[in-house]
Amino acid sequence: MSQEKKEETKKVQIYIMGREYQVPAGLTIMKAMEYAGYRFVRSCGCRGGFCGACATVYRVKGDYKLRMALACQETVEDGMYISQIPFTPAEKPIYDLEKLGPSANVFLQYYPEIAKCVSCNTCTKACPQDLEVMDYVQAALRGDFEEVASLSFDCISCGLCAVRCPTELVPYNIALLARRLYGKYVMPKAKHVEERIKEIESGKFNEELQKLMEASVDDLKEVYETREIEPE
Amino acid sequence: MIRLPYYPGCAVQTTARNYSISGVAIAEKLGIELVELPKWNCCGVFPFLANDDIMRHLAPIRNLIHVQEMNEKGIVQNENRVVTFCSMCYHTLKEANLFLKDPEKKEKTDIFFEREKEFVGGVKEGYKGGVEALDFLEVLKDIVGYDKIAEEVKKPLKGLKVAPYYGCLVLRPREIGIDDPENPTILENILEALGAEVIDNPNRIQCCGSYHTVDRRDIVAELTYDNLIYPVRSGAEVIVTCCPLCTFNLDFRQKDAGKLHRDLQEIPVMYYTQLMAIALGLDKQFYGVDLGLHYVDPKPLLEAKNLY
Repeated sequence: MSQEKKEETKKVQIYIMGREYQVPAGLTIMKAMEYAGYRFVRSCGCRGGFCGACATVYRVKGDYKLRMALACQETVEDGMYISQIPFTPAEKPIYDLEKLGPSANVFLQYYPEIAKCVSCNTCTKACPQDLEVMDYVQAALRGDFEEVASLSFDCISCGLCAVRCPTELVPYNIALLARRLYGKYVMPKAKHVEERIKEIESGKFNEELQKLMEASVDDLKEVYETREIEPE
Repeated sequence: MIRLPYYPGCAVQTTARNYSISGVAIAEKLGIELVELPKWNCCGVFPFLANDDIMRHLAPIRNLIHVQEMNEKGIVQNENRVVTFCSMCYHTLKEANLFLKDPEKKEKTDIFFEREKEFVGGVKEGYKGGVEALDFLEVLKDIVGYDKIAEEVKKPLKGLKVAPYYGCLVLRPREIGIDDPENPTILENILEALGAEVIDNPNRIQCCGSYHTVDRRDIVAELTYDNLIYPVRSGAEVIVTCCPLCTFNLDFRQKDAGKLHRDLQEIPVMYYTQLMAIALGLDKQFYGVDLGLHYVDPKPLLEAKNLY
């Protein structure tokens, strides 16, 4: 027990944008920054590794390698030099999904620079989600948007692949286009949603809705408190 | 005094300062003022002389590694060959092996892939070497054989006048060519096995203009004219190709070529595999002529020859 306590208070030395701090070992980069006194207005979102807001670059003392992580997921280590990348400037063409169609040329049309990919895999190495980024860029190059959608499913658009790409591609936006095409043109339509829409349009829920609209605030609170919640 | 721009370089400013101090001084003594460039950078000798420009070779080597992985996963057994239709792919895969014959380049490439191992999505093992790219034409020649092809013909291409066109990438450089780079015969032999009448095409090993088709369409239009006019004059009815880029240039650039040279009449361009599909009696869907991918539609010709 005392051993554990001792470890709990162990400190590591980190550098946040060049300034030195002593923070408890075991904290995530995000918590360590807050411990050091930072208050996030950018570069922080869900704190659960899902939103992609806390893209972070760091180096560890004695190693030339530039590393990438999500601040809410990566644990601090001794001698870390940390900086965050709250926003990635990236080309994002406007397209009309209704007009695009699932054509193989769509990626080259909107992101012609993908033909510059040299398969160096730097994007893959940068991805904090461990996605095979280069492989989906390559799939986009040959118009296989189903493969792009599948390989990029867990992309959180943190932007680190685009920051690192030596040929200046924006992989995550390319992947977004692929998943949109996939959702629109390939994925089977959800039958139950269509049925429910028909029910709504036929007025099945009008009476119930009307009742809610006329209810008092207290009644609404009561309904909300006692609502059915999906089992954990 | 003659004033000459002077580029010192890094070495004579540091470890070889004795060189430049004396040099600049004697120049002045001899009436030459060396005027240092106001702004200069390293001459670049390090990357220039280094033998490890591996970046542009990574893509094909990665693919050779994927063949290796197929063996490791048991998808194929002890199979170090990989087949491709496209001349450009064949060429690049083949050149990658040539590139890696240099031990220094091989070592640098190994180091690159070694560092990738720790990443999910990186290759798990570097390239061990020995994966051999085969163009499908080689498969037909060496594994299947012309006799076997002739045996399988159901609908001989009798009376169809065909001129073969190889382009560069499957023939040159000699070390990676699939046939004699000056006088290839694979396409001719296949076409003869299919029963076609082969028209001699003196331009069959010429360049098609390659990617100049993007930025110098005029060059490609001229080449397309040159590459088509001889076989057309010799009575060819269709040009047979093995490379997608050649095919694009010979087919789609006929529009530009025809504007420059009005004596050029349109001629369909087809892959040898399409003619094989016809001759071997496959279903029409495998002819690949209904996909909207031809500039000059080959169907009227095929219909006229009772081949469609």
